[in-house]
Amino acid sequence: MKHIISVLVENESGVLSRVSGLFSARGFNIESLTVAPVGDKQTSRITLVTGGDGPIIEQILKQLHKLIPVIQVVNLSEGPHVGRELMLIKVSTERGQDKNVRDEIMDIVAIFRAQVVDATPTSLIIEVTGDNDKLHACLAMLEPYGVGEVVRTGQVALARGNRK
Amino acid sequence: MQLTGAEIVVKCLLEQGVQTVFGYPGGAALYIYDEIYKAGDKITHILSRHEQGALHAADGYARATGRPGVAIVTSGPGATNAVTGLATAYMDSIPMVCISAQVSVPLIGNDAFQEVDTVGITRSCTKHNYLVRDVRDLARVLREAFFIANSGRPGPVLVDIPKDVSNTKTDYAPPSGEVTIRSYRPTTKGHQRQVRRAVEMLQVAERPLLYTGGGVILANAWEELRWLTNALNLPITHTLMGLGSFPASDVRFLGMLGMHGTYEANMAVSNCDLLVAIGARFDDRVTGKISSFAPHAKIIHIDVDPTSISKNVRVDLPIVGDVRLVLNQINALVREEKAEQKQPDRQAWWQEIAEWRKKDCLRFTQGPEVIEAQYVIQSLCTLTEGQAIIATDVGQHQMWAAQFYGFQEARHWLTSGGLGTMGYGLPAAMGAQVAFPKRQVVVISGDGSIQMNIQELGTCLQYNLPIKIIILNNGYLGMVRQWQELFYERRYAETDIANAPDFVKVAEAYGALGLRTDRPEEVMPLLRQGLAHPGTVVMDFRVRRESNVYPMVPAGGALQDMILGELL
Repeated sequence: MKHIISVLVENESGVLSRVSGLFSARGFNIESLTVAPVGDKQTSRITLVTGGDGPIIEQILKQLHKLIPVIQVVNLSEGPHVGRELMLIKVSTERGQDKNVRDEIMDIVAIFRAQVVDATPTSLIIEVTGDNDKLHACLAMLEPYGVGEVVRTGQVALARGNRK
Repeated sequence: MQLTGAEIVVKCLLEQGVQTVFGYPGGAALYIYDEIYKAGDKITHILSRHEQGALHAADGYARATGRPGVAIVTSGPGATNAVTGLATAYMDSIPMVCISAQVSVPLIGNDAFQEVDTVGITRSCTKHNYLVRDVRDLARVLREAFFIANSGRPGPVLVDIPKDVSNTKTDYAPPSGEVTIRSYRPTTKGHQRQVRRAVEMLQVAERPLLYTGGGVILANAWEELRWLTNALNLPITHTLMGLGSFPASDVRFLGMLGMHGTYEANMAVSNCDLLVAIGARFDDRVTGKISSFAPHAKIIHIDVDPTSISKNVRVDLPIVGDVRLVLNQINALVREEKAEQKQPDRQAWWQEIAEWRKKDCLRFTQGPEVIEAQYVIQSLCTLTEGQAIIATDVGQHQMWAAQFYGFQEARHWLTSGGLGTMGYGLPAAMGAQVAFPKRQVVVISGDGSIQMNIQELGTCLQYNLPIKIIILNNGYLGMVRQWQELFYERRYAETDIANAPDFVKVAEAYGALGLRTDRPEEVMPLLRQGLAHPGTVVMDFRVRRESNVYPMVPAGGALQDMILGELL
């Protein structure tokens, strides 16, 4: 099962390699990882997605907490939470003689509440935000038109309500 | 007060009560060493012959005294040579602060002369490390380093100081109050409800067993452990790291458990109904096959490090906290509840243990022709009454020392348990001897291990350290040879090292006394002579070439399936 773990750390040099080094040294796997300073810039929030059974996740949480610059570790998957990922997709608009290609793509963009953020005579860049499933679905819909490059962020997430 | 970085280093060492440091100078460390020189009346610096020696010496000092050991090395190769020492201390949770010099800040990242990414290299073998780019952070970082090294689960902390930082002035203020780090607050006291449950479980257990490790010694908790063991009359076994916590001569002590543990200890683990793990971490050398470990037991685990709990073995009752404080809580409750009167009759359990003991699993025969290594250690134990500080290297001699030297006191046993570092013994003994100049400090080593840091004889002689070095010389890398004999059809791949140097001449070349014998009847007289000599002594005992450490649990085997050896 996938777990979204939110780690609040001191915003100091080397802290990211302490976290990622822990995962590689102990053979834990990281599916995605995002990091950025938050609040007063004294701290950073690392959100990482990892997998493993109960005891492994328990070890991951404890080992993360053991790192000196780690202030707080929360397993968001333990409760209701909102998770989002962002993807940029470059789609070709040159398929065959079909003049409706752009319209069709715009329909897909609308369905997924995505946005076109760049357009050229031969391509569009589409920005789509959502959870993992939605991004997959959107990408699958666009694939027949000829998807060029794709970039995506890792997941970020917050617990719902007052839970921290 | 305006001070340079180097002056702040010395100030902070003095703040921490540091009187002894171990190290090796170099280009980037020149400013720091200049201040060490000027502070010569307050801080004694012991110059090793290799940085690894300095780190192990600081480690030995820490294990023998309980105070953090301090080492200073230069940048580049100085720092890389320190890595084995850091990793050794990290695996055994030894409090240490290593100050490494670094190239000047503007040169960092430029592949400068003697530059390495020290914090990058040492990140995974230190509890924490720092690169101090701004001299204004230096005093805070050094105070944090000592605090982190010596609190919670202890460990080595490295502080990397660029050369220009050590020569830049800034305001220095003495420390104001305790160090606080918002992201680092180790748990200290045990949860009272868990403690109560532990006492309840102890009270009803019919076949209880205490299994204790290095954490008892790190927490200075052996008095509390002894009280509990005696009050409830419990059988107790130690890990390699725990030796000395409980007197080996006491009938409650079953010896060491695990791969080379005693028959009675391993059988007790396999048959107990309650296993109380205290400051131990269920290492693979202790548990053998995990699924067969303590199969009938409920397990209580007391440890300061939450990551140790349920890492290898699921436990029924975890108690996170400083071992000493938790034991105090347990002991108070035992007293209050008069728990000893509520216990069931355990005569049947003691009877079983007595039967296992009758195997006499460490039995060996000293014949008239060839010296048995076990006999040398047993003789040493007799002559020193189990009161010497013993440092070892790694291999057969280490296991025999653990089995045959009956430790009566904690902090008398310096051995690299987790990392298994050959070359640890001699420098670690230096650290202990510097801390306790009047005590008998003995290195038990092998002909392989001793050659890994034999250059430290130079340090012993420079500082008149009267260390006694026993080499159990069998011309083999004996432990590896033993495995080759048992599991690789006697193909002795690269383990024959019979063309060793003449250790007597080596000793003499350094200015030490060298002694040698291959006669069993000379073992005692030679040990007496060596131990009585006022200076450094190397004693070369030519022992049986092919001899194995028994009992032995093959790697991955279950404890109850141990091999008992030729005699049994």
